[in-house]
Amino acid sequence: MNDLSLTDVAATPYETPLLRVSGLCKNFGAVVACRNVSFALWPGEVLGVVGESGSGKTTLLNCVSARLQPDAGRIEFQLRDGRVAELFEMSEPARRMLMRTDWGIVHQNPRDGLRLGVSAGANVGERLMAVGARHYGEIRGNAADWLRKVEIEVARIDDPPRTFSGGMQQRLQIARNLVSRPRLVLMDEPTGGLDVSVQARLLDLLRGLCSELGLAAIVVTHDLGVARLLAHRLTVMRRGEIVESGLTDQVLDDPQHPYTQLLVASILQ
Amino acid sequence: MYVAVKGGERAIAAAHQLLAEARRGKTEVPELTLAQIEEQLALAVDRVMTEGSVYDRELAARAIKQARGDLIEAIFLLRAYRTTLPRLAVSLPIDTGAASLKRRISATFKDLPGGQLLGPTFDYTHRLIDFGLTADGGSVTPSPPSAPEPSEAMPRVSGLLGEEGLIEPNPAGEAEPGDLTREPLEFPADRALRLQNLARGDEGFLLALGYSTQRGYARNHPFAGEIRIGEVEIEIMPAELGFPVVIGEITVSECEMVNQFKGSATAPPQFTRGYGLAFGECERKAIAMALVDRALRAKELGEEVIAPAQDQEFVLSQSDNVEASGFVQHLKLPHYVDFQAELNLIRRLRTRATEADAAE
Amino acid sequence: MSEGEEQTAGGYNFAYLDEQTKRMIRRAILKAVAIPGYQVPFASREMPLPFGWGTGGIQVTASIIGPNDRLKVIDQGADDTTNAVSIRQFFAKTAGVATTDRTSHASIVQTRHRIPETPLREDQIIVYQVPIPEPMRWLEQREAETRRMHALADYGPMYVRLYEDIAQFGRVTTAYDYPVMVNGRYLMRPSPIPKFDNPKMNMSAALQLFGAGREKRIYAVPPYTSVKSLDFTDHPFTIERWDNSCAICGANDSFLDEVITDDRGSRLFVCSDTDYCRQRRAVKAAE
Repeated sequence: MNDLSLTDVAATPYETPLLRVSGLCKNFGAVVACRNVSFALWPGEVLGVVGESGSGKTTLLNCVSARLQPDAGRIEFQLRDGRVAELFEMSEPARRMLMRTDWGIVHQNPRDGLRLGVSAGANVGERLMAVGARHYGEIRGNAADWLRKVEIEVARIDDPPRTFSGGMQQRLQIARNLVSRPRLVLMDEPTGGLDVSVQARLLDLLRGLCSELGLAAIVVTHDLGVARLLAHRLTVMRRGEIVESGLTDQVLDDPQHPYTQLLVASILQ
Repeated sequence: MYVAVKGGERAIAAAHQLLAEARRGKTEVPELTLAQIEEQLALAVDRVMTEGSVYDRELAARAIKQARGDLIEAIFLLRAYRTTLPRLAVSLPIDTGAASLKRRISATFKDLPGGQLLGPTFDYTHRLIDFGLTADGGSVTPSPPSAPEPSEAMPRVSGLLGEEGLIEPNPAGEAEPGDLTREPLEFPADRALRLQNLARGDEGFLLALGYSTQRGYARNHPFAGEIRIGEVEIEIMPAELGFPVVIGEITVSECEMVNQFKGSATAPPQFTRGYGLAFGECERKAIAMALVDRALRAKELGEEVIAPAQDQEFVLSQSDNVEASGFVQHLKLPHYVDFQAELNLIRRLRTRATEADAAE
Repeated sequence: MSEGEEQTAGGYNFAYLDEQTKRMIRRAILKAVAIPGYQVPFASREMPLPFGWGTGGIQVTASIIGPNDRLKVIDQGADDTTNAVSIRQFFAKTAGVATTDRTSHASIVQTRHRIPETPLREDQIIVYQVPIPEPMRWLEQREAETRRMHALADYGPMYVRLYEDIAQFGRVTTAYDYPVMVNGRYLMRPSPIPKFDNPKMNMSAALQLFGAGREKRIYAVPPYTSVKSLDFTDHPFTIERWDNSCAICGANDSFLDEVITDDRGSRLFVCSDTDYCRQRRAVKAAE
């Protein structure tokens, strides 16, 4: 992990944001998915990215999580030792290590974020094993702890997620990510496809974990209700650009941009 | 006292003797000659040459005879022989446009310059076993029809479409194509290497994959633009001479598919291509190969890879019947040590399970 | 080794392969020795024996063997199994080298599925026949991805597999071809030797070469290199033990084959390594 490019060396960790995205651009052929997107995220803060489908919010998340390479812009992350590194200037091994330890990614479809054919315990323990954990009992104990934390019966530790309900799979996905105590978690429609009551329980859990663990998170969603419940701050995207941002309550209760006003007005209260 | 079984060597020698006898069959029956195989089992010879990757009709006939008619075994013989052959030169690319054709058809136009030349095809035969034809000494050679001299030019369909810009130009490859038989295949593989792999790949495998695309596993709307069978000249350009020299002629079957058109924001829609080439009259192989070639171009053409025929690693790693046959059949080899290890394990696991049950 | 084209009976080059091919394979071997446990791709040739029947081992042996070598070929630990006979005959025919069934007399041992019980020496080379070289093949079918995993030492999924075994069965259920970590860096498949043989690979005095002909990979473990079987600290790697000893020589420290002797299921156990068994019998007889 030594070949990281150094930009800012912060005096204290709190003067630099945990994540800073500057001027991010991404096109697919002639289609402009993200244009000049910039924002900052501080430790322990949950940022909601809202917009309708086609707004570019998922592309933004894919760039920030290094699944897509942006055409322009910078994504700077503050490492545990205080140095700031640019995501695409890092070597691939360094980036992969980051993905596996300091970052978490919760996919909309749990199938994309889990090994369905492998037990719940192994799913949760994988990150630990990937960075050198070699004591079966401890790995299993850790996995059991996290299953408890995400309210999955520990008796199901040896069952494959294939046998779980959608809500349980999603909670398992969260546990699988959090076991390495990441400082930043990216979530793409984390409650998408779940029944309303299941959604509520999951959101409660997420809110509790974020606050208990001091997690910073970016939550991409088209659902303003999810955004209000989870996010401290919001950015609103439309056609690849950020049209408004601010504190969640302010943006939702007093939207300034006409598009935001339209979004807010169209929710059936 | 137990005495370990010995005699593996003697068993092998006896097996070879039995094989020689079985190969010959009843001695009252006349022995098959190489010329008979070459002439009258020509399509078997063509397949063995194509997948054996050596153009030598007599050699292929020998292999078929030695293999008792098992074509995959014959292909193996040819490949093993090929390994020992020195490489003297690399020919210039063959020009199928200049082939002297015995067959040329196109499904894309009712009529086209040069016409549809059916050639010696099974296509319109009725599949009824002809007991007269197949009786010993029963086949009567019909008098050959007066074949019209194909004086008219036979431009390719793909060329005609290309003039209007309706079909993508032939994708440019590397200046020097790699040689699949000299370097191990690595993924992702470029088109030249993929085509080499498909050309020597098992016809049955490619047939099934091509068929799968037609049945909806990544359909690419194929039309047979041009199917040609004919003789082409092989030319080499020795450095000392500086001009090409014809060293022989071979028969090839070629298939150009016209496939699903593609456009983008910047380029207007054009038909896309698939290509197949085989030695001799292996027409079915060439057609199947063209379907699979097009399917494997999925990534390049911006198509989602959703079906086996589009999966490079799946197709190219498993297309070779010499490899497949070897590994599938290796299961006949003794595996008793590993089996013993498994027996040990399973007995221990079962003991543990019954102990656990007893404890409850 | 002579440079020119030495012709043997039938007009083939010494040990069948042409010199260019041998050179290509030796380059691959050198690279493999320089990076212990790393799979080096090589342009495997079609051989007169089928893929899957030892062509990788044969190509490696053919590239290193010389007229003064003495070759032993075993399959399942025995010299007399049909494929071992066939391969030994191949080298006798194409190289005219001396062959032996005594491990201690051989300079090269080509093997399928066993390591000889007699410890190997510094002046010996053992060549393993490998069917599937990639240890993570059952977790990840794609070669492009497994190459990346090796490059990044991303071996988490392998441990997940071991974890699953312990969770389900209480122990790792891999009985042969048990994955190992070579020189602390590369994950390697030792070929389908029983796990009983894994410890013999660690710090061996002999050079160990692995050839996979069909999959076109060569890898190596240089002498005195660490080879550790994967495990968990609280579930350490263990080898098989039998309740019986060899019915012929009495050994209780060798890998035993189970032989069914009558139709009522009577069985006895004998050494898999026929040379080892015979030597022990000779010693016992002398006493």
